[in-house]
Amino acid sequence: MSEQTNHTEGEPRVNPVLPYLREDRMPHIWCPGCGIGTTVNCFARALTESELDLDKVSIVSGIGCTGRVAGYMNLDAFHTTHGRPVAFATGLKLANPDLKVVVYSGDGDLMAIGGNHFIHACRRNIDMTIVCVNNFLYGMTGGQASSTTPDPATTTTAPYGAFEHTFNLPFLADSCGAVYVARWTTYHVRQITKAMKEALAKKGLSFIEIISPCPTLYQRRNKLGDGLQAMEYYRDNSVVKSGADTREVEIKYQGEIICGKFVDRERATWLDCYNTRNAAAIGARYRPYPWRENGEGGVK
Amino acid sequence: MKADPSGVLTGRHYFDGNHACCEGALAAGCRFAAGYPITPSTEVVERIAKRFPHLGGVFIQMEDEIASSIALQGAVWAGKKAMTVTSGPGLSLMMEHIGLAAITETPCVFVDVQRGGPSTGLPTLPGQADMMQARWGSHGDYELIALAPSSPQECFDYTVDAFNLAETYRVPVMMMMDECVGHMTERVDIPAAETIEVTPRRYTTKKKGEFKPFEPGENMVPDMAKAGDGLRFHVTGLTHDERGYPVINAQAQDKLIRRLVDKIRLQADRIVRYEEDAVENADVIVVSYGITYRVALRAIEMARAKGVKVGSHRLVVCWPFPEKRIRELAARGKPIVMAEMNLGQMYWELERCAAGKCKTALVSHAGGTVHNPEVIYNAIMEAVR
Ligand SMILES: Cc1ncc(C[n+]2csc(CCOP(=O)(O)OP(=O)(O)O)c2C)c(N)n1
Ligand code: SF4
Ligand SMILES: [Mg+2]
Repeated sequence: MSEQTNHTEGEPRVNPVLPYLREDRMPHIWCPGCGIGTTVNCFARALTESELDLDKVSIVSGIGCTGRVAGYMNLDAFHTTHGRPVAFATGLKLANPDLKVVVYSGDGDLMAIGGNHFIHACRRNIDMTIVCVNNFLYGMTGGQASSTTPDPATTTTAPYGAFEHTFNLPFLADSCGAVYVARWTTYHVRQITKAMKEALAKKGLSFIEIISPCPTLYQRRNKLGDGLQAMEYYRDNSVVKSGADTREVEIKYQGEIICGKFVDRERATWLDCYNTRNAAAIGARYRPYPWRENGEGGVK
Repeated sequence: MKADPSGVLTGRHYFDGNHACCEGALAAGCRFAAGYPITPSTEVVERIAKRFPHLGGVFIQMEDEIASSIALQGAVWAGKKAMTVTSGPGLSLMMEHIGLAAITETPCVFVDVQRGGPSTGLPTLPGQADMMQARWGSHGDYELIALAPSSPQECFDYTVDAFNLAETYRVPVMMMMDECVGHMTERVDIPAAETIEVTPRRYTTKKKGEFKPFEPGENMVPDMAKAGDGLRFHVTGLTHDERGYPVINAQAQDKLIRRLVDKIRLQADRIVRYEEDAVENADVIVVSYGITYRVALRAIEMARAKGVKVGSHRLVVCWPFPEKRIRELAARGKPIVMAEMNLGQMYWELERCAAGKCKTALVSHAGGTVHNPEVIYNAIMEAVR
């Protein structure tokens, strides 16, 4: 992890993030300068500040460098299959609505192979938080093009430069019905933490895109320097425009990155709709789901 | 443990196999289902969608079978008993997640109402050509359990069994139905809840810190945990150690994969199930399963009327295959005829186990309708000639 602590000179401290990690799984696999660890620090902080009962928080990842996040978090954690964490999380959440469910995965996992599950989860407004670490390519498999690789960045499968149109992820999430949509870069650690806190508190599908450097594959291949240079690019080219029209937040190669909270609205969740519809159709006999034993606690 | 009476529709019914399968699942305690419509299986989830709101269950029609086959695993780890229902093309899409269920030891039930294939094939007509896919379709080495009902009553009974087996061995269990069994209507007697044995999930009693989610316990099977109970466990589709942590090397692979396979192979005697009739003095034995068993019975009757001593061995559990028993039957040296609605799938297993000890014959059928009993009869007569 690149950004370890708020540690100041001469003041040895325990990393405040450690209690949220599976220490017995350290060291992690991420490269020096990789942005994924930064997002994990923010997530750990957001969990603390949210004062959630961590026993009730589940984290679900797909496969990829970002997909390893679930495995490092000291939570109930599920490292599933490539592209399918949202579908797994849908089952997890609906089977026990008392759980707080977070999906944490990469741009390839969530938006290419898993794109169908993503749009349907947004449409249904399943009550979960989805964090997408967008490093503009497939890191884990060695730097191939993804649905967010901007023209003309080169990747191993786009050796002459990417040329496909890309997904504008906030617009995708917004148009499919997510109730909370934000984008930040790993330069914006305080804002990421705040966004994660808001997302965790939000009922319905909250989506956070985090633009994150992959120094090993994206930066190097495109001669963009190391992780530090990525930070400089983010710092110099990010424009905070909260409430921006998501149609206008597309990212171009090394261009402006519009950040902020774009969507924050109310919409009934899948489960609310399920109960409302059944109650209307079945009448007083209908007992809303989840059925609780003694009116409280775990689901039956 | 006995079935929860709220889910048991005790009484005498006239159901098709698909409806009976749904009722079996409810009786077994299934309270989560995910599915995607596909002929000839859809009636199962249609009925579930209608019944669940009254039982505290949730059905969700997912965006595809890939999603269904993993949503149900999420539900299992949240504490529910869960199933999904499909037919050939959907089963093909589910394969990666059968492997996930196998390696993460997620107890769950997959219902496959078989139709003619490959590809879109014969959407409305029967087949039994998914038998090998059910067993081998996901990549890697693994074992699972598959049952083949031959009547609506058995669709009910075996679905209860499928859930129980899933819990006992923590494997995906396949219900290998077919279009005929799924759509034929017959009497189905659903017994009183207190007579239906239901296997509860075996949750760990250990605390956080001492609990290892993949440490083998009774029957080589680890105790379960569920999300939200404070155990903070980790589940991965990567090769893992007993803590559930990824370990990417040959020793870890050998240890884990051998256990996953051995928990079924070494305990196959307890899982294998078949029904036999008059095999002891038979001059020829007919092996069959599912709807084809019903057709074979007619052929056996015809041959017996001609004075031929015909025995019947009918697979109830198809996977694991009743290897030991087939070896014993083959050792008698008398011919074995197998009828199935495919061009030879379980027949490979039969041949493998017979190992040249007796003559074997396959009565194949490409699917679309059941065998003509005459054809099986002819094969019986040919075998004893
Ligand atoms: C079905 C399937 N297809 C392909 C792969 C190989 N694979 C593993 S990770 C990955 C891409 C990961 O990219 P992304 O989600 O962007 O994560 P990152 O590594 O960039 O964080 C691919 C293609 C796989 N594991 N499973
Ligand atoms: S390959 Fe890229 S995304 Fe993966 S850990 Fe290394 S820097 Fe991070
Ligand atoms: Mg990526």
